[in-house]
Amino acid sequence: MTDEHDGMIMQSKNPVGFVGYGAYIPRYRLPAKEVSRIWKGGAEGTPIDEKAVAGLDEDVITMSIEAARNALARAKINPAGIRAVWVGSESHPYSVKPTSTVVAEAIGATPHTLAADWEFACKAGTEAVQAAIGFTGSGMARYALAIGMDTAQGRPGDALEYTAGAGGAAYILGPADESLAVVEGSYSYTTDTPDFWRRANEKYPSHGERFTGEPAYFHHITSSAQELMETLGTKPADYTFAVFHQPNTKFPQRVAKTLGFTPEQWETGLLVPRIGNVYAGSALVGLTAILDIAKPGDRILLVSYGSGAGSDAMSLHVTERMLENHELAPRTEDYINRRTEIDYATYARFRGKLSQ
Amino acid sequence: MMATKINKIMNDVFIIGVGMTPVGEHWDRSLRELALEAMTAARDEAGAMHPEAVYVANMLAPALSRQSHLGALLADFSGMRGIEAVAIEAAGASGGMALRQAYLALASGMVNTALIVGVEKITERVTAEVEAALISSSDADYESIHGLTQTALAAMVMQRYAFEYNVPEYAFAGFSINAHANGAKNPNAMFRRPINLETYQRATILSDPINMFDAAPLADGAAAIFLARGDVLPSNLPFPPVRINASAAAISTVAVHDRPNPIFFSAAENAVKVALDRADINIEQINFFEVHDRYTIFSALSLEAAGFAAPGEGWKLAESGAITLDGQIPICTFGGSKARGDTGGATGVYQAAEAALQLQGRAGEIQVADARTGLIQSIGGTGATVATHILSTVETL
Repeated sequence: MTDEHDGMIMQSKNPVGFVGYGAYIPRYRLPAKEVSRIWKGGAEGTPIDEKAVAGLDEDVITMSIEAARNALARAKINPAGIRAVWVGSESHPYSVKPTSTVVAEAIGATPHTLAADWEFACKAGTEAVQAAIGFTGSGMARYALAIGMDTAQGRPGDALEYTAGAGGAAYILGPADESLAVVEGSYSYTTDTPDFWRRANEKYPSHGERFTGEPAYFHHITSSAQELMETLGTKPADYTFAVFHQPNTKFPQRVAKTLGFTPEQWETGLLVPRIGNVYAGSALVGLTAILDIAKPGDRILLVSYGSGAGSDAMSLHVTERMLENHELAPRTEDYINRRTEIDYATYARFRGKLSQ
Repeated sequence: MMATKINKIMNDVFIIGVGMTPVGEHWDRSLRELALEAMTAARDEAGAMHPEAVYVANMLAPALSRQSHLGALLADFSGMRGIEAVAIEAAGASGGMALRQAYLALASGMVNTALIVGVEKITERVTAEVEAALISSSDADYESIHGLTQTALAAMVMQRYAFEYNVPEYAFAGFSINAHANGAKNPNAMFRRPINLETYQRATILSDPINMFDAAPLADGAAAIFLARGDVLPSNLPFPPVRINASAAAISTVAVHDRPNPIFFSAAENAVKVALDRADINIEQINFFEVHDRYTIFSALSLEAAGFAAPGEGWKLAESGAITLDGQIPICTFGGSKARGDTGGATGVYQAAEAALQLQGRAGEIQVADARTGLIQSIGGTGATVATHILSTVETL
């Protein structure tokens, strides 16, 4: 790192990267027009086509285990060597009792490991990745597992109900020379911006409507992406792919365009029209779709957004090792194509929306 | 003869400074910061004079910002401790009514100079809370108790109007198209893109028959005007003073259903008649009309009540293009509430400031050619309170 780059971005002492990655998306799909049919007589335009819905026996724990196993399959490492299991979500099944201990146990990472749950709205997953970069990059651990996974809540009839979906991804951080994609640098931009929140013991979140746009999503994403690219000396044209937090179809495309990216760069990672907003898993699962087709030498920009508010930006560089790994676990497209459509009534049952 | 004229000027009331913030979603600015910007700009044009009194126009701060007592708050915040200050509330007509109270004070000779500031900060709250605050200006016991919103009330009026007068589909489109065409050239407007008939026809219905382009957006903003009596006019003003030729106000019933004719703005008719009488002019001498177009139906009803069209024919002025900048009676020359954005109780002050710019020849691309006399009208509720002012250039005396 030269002096003029001694700015705000973060680069670990020892180069690290993604040794393995894995996605998970549940099979059920609720078409947005179903939500519109029930609440708006079918008259309201819909922000996405359909969203992924977790089944009756699924939650953030089971889904995290699925994604972690896919990441392990690609990493081809002994899970006992994973020294941290960190799960970011806003749908942890327990308030007290970690998701991550169950995940760690299930994949065979216990007992010589840290385990903790992360909370930062939709960027809890990338926050865990940032911490894992530091943990492995400092030499304290060889491998660390970071997961972003959600079964997001949307109050029945609220605008968020169209998009609040389920899914996410797991990433194993480790030494750069074992990585499929090396982390070139990362950055985190945080302010106290109350755009979206859920107080303790409340079932559904509240939001500040249009306040969630300009001063929240757009300001934070552009700030973090620009700072990272400026300090790294990269520009949009240097990236083969870019993926952003995707709460709906419009926002990520608009912010990508504002930053100077083109549809060819963002389309691969833009999964929201087909799976919805999977919150803490949103940008991270978009990245898995990119990694599934990425070639050595490709550069990828990942930018998350979490309400409250903050944004993590990461610049990744795909290595030769990627080629041998694509087929070792289900691709994200496989999960998206594994699709069972449900109606609103089934959705209401699956998601515990009925109370008597 | 000459002596009478000079005496008249001494006792007359003039606008000698205007200030406006852009209208929009000012997430990062507070009520008082918005007000201060407009107040400072208006005072700067008036030679940084200290006014003797401040009149604040606002309708929603108690409900949305949990802040009342705006007279003292804003006069103090703008560095004018010691003067007198008061807030005026008359729902959407707060701006026009604040101007009227200031005018009365100056015309009486008891106050020589006054600063009127209209301010509204909407983005403090989410839509449901804003709707609840807005509907408090209707009749709580007989209207809002049924769950009516302002838009629903206006929709019922529009529906009845269309039925009674057998109005064709999209008859009101011209009002929205005109407002957006003018707003596109107003740097302070919230929406600065022109629309066409197709855009209007595609718009989502909010409350049948009112669609998205029939209804004005409610947004943050502040406008201020500085008033001075003729006998204290500073000599080196940067812009020509604008004379307030007449001020009038009238009310109708708050509840729409209490009116013998719910599709006629009788308060507007009364206020305009009195204003024309006081100004001693006739309606043909009006060069432009700032209507309070919270909904397109309001524009039609205002034109009819003022006498520019017969009842049931106001929409034809939009269809024929008579309301455009070079038409027979231009309206919403700065975009009106539809495109500039409606700032609740501040709207009447925006109208006064915009009319002053027209009369001073400072309206740029949206200048009405040879504008000498303008009518401005501030409406509270669904036509319950109407404040009307006639402004003119000094040469028109």
